[in-house]
Amino acid sequence: MLTEKIEPQIEALEAVIIRFVGDSGDGMQLTGTQFSDTSAMFGNDIATFPNYPSEIRAPQGSLYGVSGFQVHIGSVEISTPGDNVDLLVAMNPAGLKTNLHAVKPGHTIIVDTDSFTKKNLEKALYESNPLEDGSLENYRVIEVAMTTLTREALKDVEGLENKIITRSKNMFALGMVYWMYDRSTEHTIEFFNKKFKTKPSIIEANSKVLKAGFYFAETLELIPNSYTILPAKMNPGTYRIIMGNTATAWGFLAAAEKSGLELFLGSYPITPATDILHELVKHKHFGVKAFQAEDEIAGISSAIGASFAGDLALTTTSGPGLALKGEALGLAMMVELPLVVVNVQRGGPSTGLPTKTEQSDLLQAMYGRNGESPVIVIAASTPSNCFDYAFEASKLALEHMTPVVLLSDGYIANGSAPWKIKSVKDMPDIKNNKITEVKENWHPYDRNEESLARNWAIPGTEGLEHRIGGLEKDKVTGNVSYVPENHEYMTKIRAEKIKRVQNYIPDITTEFADEGNLLVVGWGGTYGSLHSAVKQLNEEGHTNIGFAHFNYINPLPKNTEALLKKFKKIIVCELNNGQFAKVLRINFSGYKFLQFNKIQGLPFANSELTEKFKNLAK
Amino acid sequence: METTVTKKYTFKDFASDQEVRWCPGCDDYVILRSMQKALPEMGVKKEDVVFISGIGCSSRFPYYMDTYGMHGIHGRAPAIATGVKLANPDLSVWIITGDGDAMAIGGNHFIHLLRRNIDLNIILFNNEIYGLTKGQFSPTSLVGQKTKSSPYGNTQPPFSPGELAIGAQARFFARIGGNTPKEMTDIFIQSEKFKGTALVEILQNCVIFNDGCFTQYTDKAVRADKQLFVEHGKPMIFGKERDKGLVLNGLKLEVVTIGENGITQEDLLVHNAKEQDPTLHQMLVRLEYPLVTGIIRSFDDVTLEEREDDLTAAVKYNSKFVKTDDLFFSGETYEVK
Ligand code: SF4
Repeated sequence: MLTEKIEPQIEALEAVIIRFVGDSGDGMQLTGTQFSDTSAMFGNDIATFPNYPSEIRAPQGSLYGVSGFQVHIGSVEISTPGDNVDLLVAMNPAGLKTNLHAVKPGHTIIVDTDSFTKKNLEKALYESNPLEDGSLENYRVIEVAMTTLTREALKDVEGLENKIITRSKNMFALGMVYWMYDRSTEHTIEFFNKKFKTKPSIIEANSKVLKAGFYFAETLELIPNSYTILPAKMNPGTYRIIMGNTATAWGFLAAAEKSGLELFLGSYPITPATDILHELVKHKHFGVKAFQAEDEIAGISSAIGASFAGDLALTTTSGPGLALKGEALGLAMMVELPLVVVNVQRGGPSTGLPTKTEQSDLLQAMYGRNGESPVIVIAASTPSNCFDYAFEASKLALEHMTPVVLLSDGYIANGSAPWKIKSVKDMPDIKNNKITEVKENWHPYDRNEESLARNWAIPGTEGLEHRIGGLEKDKVTGNVSYVPENHEYMTKIRAEKIKRVQNYIPDITTEFADEGNLLVVGWGGTYGSLHSAVKQLNEEGHTNIGFAHFNYINPLPKNTEALLKKFKKIIVCELNNGQFAKVLRINFSGYKFLQFNKIQGLPFANSELTEKFKNLAK
Repeated sequence: METTVTKKYTFKDFASDQEVRWCPGCDDYVILRSMQKALPEMGVKKEDVVFISGIGCSSRFPYYMDTYGMHGIHGRAPAIATGVKLANPDLSVWIITGDGDAMAIGGNHFIHLLRRNIDLNIILFNNEIYGLTKGQFSPTSLVGQKTKSSPYGNTQPPFSPGELAIGAQARFFARIGGNTPKEMTDIFIQSEKFKGTALVEILQNCVIFNDGCFTQYTDKAVRADKQLFVEHGKPMIFGKERDKGLVLNGLKLEVVTIGENGITQEDLLVHNAKEQDPTLHQMLVRLEYPLVTGIIRSFDDVTLEEREDDLTAAVKYNSKFVKTDDLFFSGETYEVK
């Protein structure tokens, strides 16, 4: 343990990764969010990731009751919440035990010594006290009696319950960390003032403890002088911190406003997609109709009904839910109605790892239906671009009269990052295929010559009464048809319609190198990890590695092959057993697609990527 | 539907150009014709009418109606129709389903639809068999019934649709024989007028796979003696001679004869379809002799759309958000220069 006095040092760091951990009741999510918000307002780029226990009320002090929040802030571009941490704040032994592995050797751990009681050590399955047995000697441990100090700070505040006193010790920790990283407490105090407007004693208590932590750190000689992380170079504008699921929900709000349609959501609760439902139910003021259905099938079926009736309709789910929705998705494809299905992927198969991230529903999204049943598949790749791809999914569905599966995942859905706020007026127009007047010789399956989208005649429109359904349609009238040639024709035209979406989506581009030895290929939520790994290698001089990240999966961008050609080796990196690699192999047979897969419910770690790429690029 | 319609329709306006393909003699024809006759009487615009069906013989129905329609997937019509109605509450929405579609594969949607009380109609073609898949027992088939999938007799006790529905909080339940078009037409009109989910069970004879399953009640020769057709506010009287009726004896319904044991018409139960308490309605539904037909329950209640509308109006009134910009730029934002 490093206990010698450390000379004050002032250092500007490019980036720092901090993890706050403690018991579920210790308020770690709030602590982390406050730190990241304050840093964002200071001008840093940030990325955060929460880590909740899967049990709703895990026993206090237990290893599986640990709740954590990781923040990565920088004066440089930050694209992931980061892997190993520079600072761990552990409010109890269980938090220390479950997170120690993530602390970079030689780096700092702050602990609340008051919580290292015999009982808590036992609950954390420690045989001896790690603060005393020398097991932490490779770290700089700052021991602080936070509970005692919090109590002390609040001894003059009247009318506080004991519970509130002990609960505010997280603010003591936050105050310390604010001082260490040269942040002001102002934003958080403002937050208290707003949040506890009606409870002045709580505002007072929290502010006092926060400041006490700040001043304690300042006077404590064990803490090296504060670091500073200068503002990052970001595009000017108005920003906010946004979580992926919120961004997804807001993208749909924007699409509804832009298209002039009402938004309908049919959904059934499922981790980790439920927050989209939570967000959209709030927005009745925009006329959002959010319907919590009796099951996944009713979620999508009600959305199909709403789409038939002329709404911008969507359903949200995660892997097992998408499996249940498969038949109805086939119906939506067959009746050629606009529909967005959001799948926030989690670890599978079956119930799998509900709270962990994975990208293993790609093939399900592509092929998980009976019959020849192509749909558009796109994927968001960062918490903030969930907004753009939710908007894009709506636009594609409405303009091409087809279901669109939008893939997100637990990692970007729960992660948050700065979002340069977009106004609906700056978003592209959304056209739709509604017809309102009777034309002579009109048929429900008349198609737009270019996109092949059929027209959308909605109930209530006089003279356009028609029937649709899951049975095969006559190519002209839309009536039921069992004619063999017609079935083949319709199968092909449904496929061609999706293929032609290529004409409406952007080309794929490469970053860091347009040609060279190695092309790193990714899709969806791994963008941050892959981007920062390739960027780092590039800065280290490996300028022959390019990076291509796919947001459009079906259809693939038109220029995909032209881009693959320019590299000697291609490695497809995914959090699954190689699903996108399979898709690429089907489409581009002459290429060798190497794979880098991880199926641990965890995102890629920077080190494992850089090592692999370095070797391959030689 | 409150809209007044100036255009006068006839049943022909509601018939599509598609050739009807049910087996000759099937009650489905009667239902189709009754619906086509009922619609012009409802005061709804043709373009506002939507038929949503699941899968089964009955579910071909939308193709034969010249209205908006969707032939959905097995069991899911209630969910699809829910979306249609919530998206546009001005539409007149009809679910066409069968016993297997509604109570086996679609049982979950069926009960939840009833519980929510959305203002739409369900026409349940109950033939106590799977017709389209050629003759397997359904959730309403009788114990002992021999079918293709129960060659030695069915061992699964049946649902009574009305009992299930009222248990699931149905506010409107009517039952009618598949061979009584006049009464059926009127019930369709009443169910459209009813504000809330209206369920109409039709005892539909399947001539091919379960012929005669309701004959003991529906045959012209026995109908008057075996069926009690209830009407709100009228005594529960039946029989060819109009001399039979129902009284309550303890917790049981009892058939009595007017003129016997001093019974007069005044002693008979008077049907109150609008009663909130479903106890008596359930007893009527369960009765085997006489079989009760007509509108058994019609209790006016708040609909889901009304609840949603009120809530939306209140939220809108109290909200400072009109455009998404108001939301996106609200709260904790910061400037990067
Ligand atoms: S199988 Fe039975 S229910 Fe189906 S159309 Fe024929 S008679 Fe009617």
